[in-house]
Amino acid sequence: MGLFSMNRESDGSSSRPPRYSAGGLLKRGLTGESWPRVWRDVPLKKSYDVIIIGGGVHGLATAYYLATNHGITNVAVVDKAYLGSGGSGRNTAIVRSNYLTPEGVAFYDRSLELYNSMTEDLNINVMFSERGHLTLAHSDSALRTMHWRAEVNKLQNIDSSVIDPQQVKEIVPSLDISPDAHHPIMGALYHPPGGIIRHDAVVWGYARGADHHGVEMHQKTEVLDILCEGGEGPDGKGAGGKVTGVRTNRGDISAPIVVNCTAGWASLISDMAGVRLPITTQPLQAAVTEPTKVFLPAVVVSGSLHVYVSQTDRGELVFGAAVDPFTNYNVRGSLDFTEGLAGHILELMPGVSRMRLLRQWAGLCDMTPDYSPVMGFTPVEGFLVDVGWGTYGFKAGPVSGEQMAECIATQATPKLIEAFPLSRFESGELVGEKGAAAVGH
Amino acid sequence: MLLVPCPNCGPRNSSDLRHIGESTKRPDPNTATPEEWRTYLYLRDNVADWNTETWYCARGCRRYFKVERNTATNEFRNPPMPGNKLGGKA
Repeated sequence: MGLFSMNRESDGSSSRPPRYSAGGLLKRGLTGESWPRVWRDVPLKKSYDVIIIGGGVHGLATAYYLATNHGITNVAVVDKAYLGSGGSGRNTAIVRSNYLTPEGVAFYDRSLELYNSMTEDLNINVMFSERGHLTLAHSDSALRTMHWRAEVNKLQNIDSSVIDPQQVKEIVPSLDISPDAHHPIMGALYHPPGGIIRHDAVVWGYARGADHHGVEMHQKTEVLDILCEGGEGPDGKGAGGKVTGVRTNRGDISAPIVVNCTAGWASLISDMAGVRLPITTQPLQAAVTEPTKVFLPAVVVSGSLHVYVSQTDRGELVFGAAVDPFTNYNVRGSLDFTEGLAGHILELMPGVSRMRLLRQWAGLCDMTPDYSPVMGFTPVEGFLVDVGWGTYGFKAGPVSGEQMAECIATQATPKLIEAFPLSRFESGELVGEKGAAAVGH
Repeated sequence: MLLVPCPNCGPRNSSDLRHIGESTKRPDPNTATPEEWRTYLYLRDNVADWNTETWYCARGCRRYFKVERNTATNEFRNPPMPGNKLGGKA
């Protein structure tokens, strides 16, 4: 398998750094030779074909697929902080495709496919652990939604089914399935292809891959304004206008195409082009415990209890919750969250009562009214968005990049994202995906 | 933890209240165009700055009120004002 991938990569590119391999690791281990820089640090040019704002999974994947699938390499990815500093490094690293709407299922299934072959494609170990994903039902109505989701999933060949509490217990013995519990487990939606992945490696893999193909990454480059002409608003912004570039803290850069991949900050960036979005920003808090022996073999999600949990390869339990119940841009953790989390997790797994939390953090989620993303063109020519990811952003990273790249290269909306245009909030054709939210919002 | 200044109940933990969102002006349903209506329904400024928003004191006085909050720092300023569910005046 390794040999094949070596051959596949021989496309004549001379700037390609050595591939990661066991041999290379051994050699450097013995000689102490240092590793080459993963991506170049180059001066900012005055103009590019495409500027991507936001150096997270979405922005980097878009750049990578623009270069690899469409040969568009004069691309800059700009980020006000460091690559992967936002949601890409703050999510709980869960991937799955058991959504509720047919549009959502098809979309996230393609993402899972790309995640499955990512280690090979990007030549970086993303540590994808396909361990199965359980969404617990604590009420009749929840169970009904699980059945609904399972049937939608099966129609599209997704491995997804409803199982009873005994089967849940067989998969995750540490769960309390007694019917006397405050929120008894009445069944679960079981999705074997779901799992966890190392999110930093995904960011670095895409950055490294894009860099090999000539894409430039510019960190600490904050976009202060988006330059437009011909629009109906002030400074030529707004509907009917056209993007000409961006103003950054390192000077102006011109480009006919600017893509907004900034998740929680999406409204602020779009506002610079005179485009209003149907988005509110709400933080989602997460926490991690000290490491223990491995006892949790699957990802466990409880909507009613507002918690999801998985155990990393190091043995730490990673918890996530619902988004905070009011809009704000603050990524500090709160005591409300830890208190609620501890109570809920103990209802599910009383055995972890002596475990200690190591850290807690938050990431910003760009919530839309229908819990589906906003992708593609806007009323400003050349200004594209890939936003509104809410709590699903990381799962969707690869497929969003692939589809946005196609959108940019062909100047037409690809079929897989036809359901997610910004204009649906004018036409009223919303894609209700709330029923597939990991936890109640 | 966020202490929200309710005009009737004083400062209360945010978990006692419901955040309705940034105050928007509701167009007249009889004369609004679909575009105006959907703008009112869905589009938000979502600023990272001072913002006037509506809260509902769900576990206290059960009244709506408007207050200015900085969404970047979560500070409040100026006394809260009465409001209604639709974001306008009481």
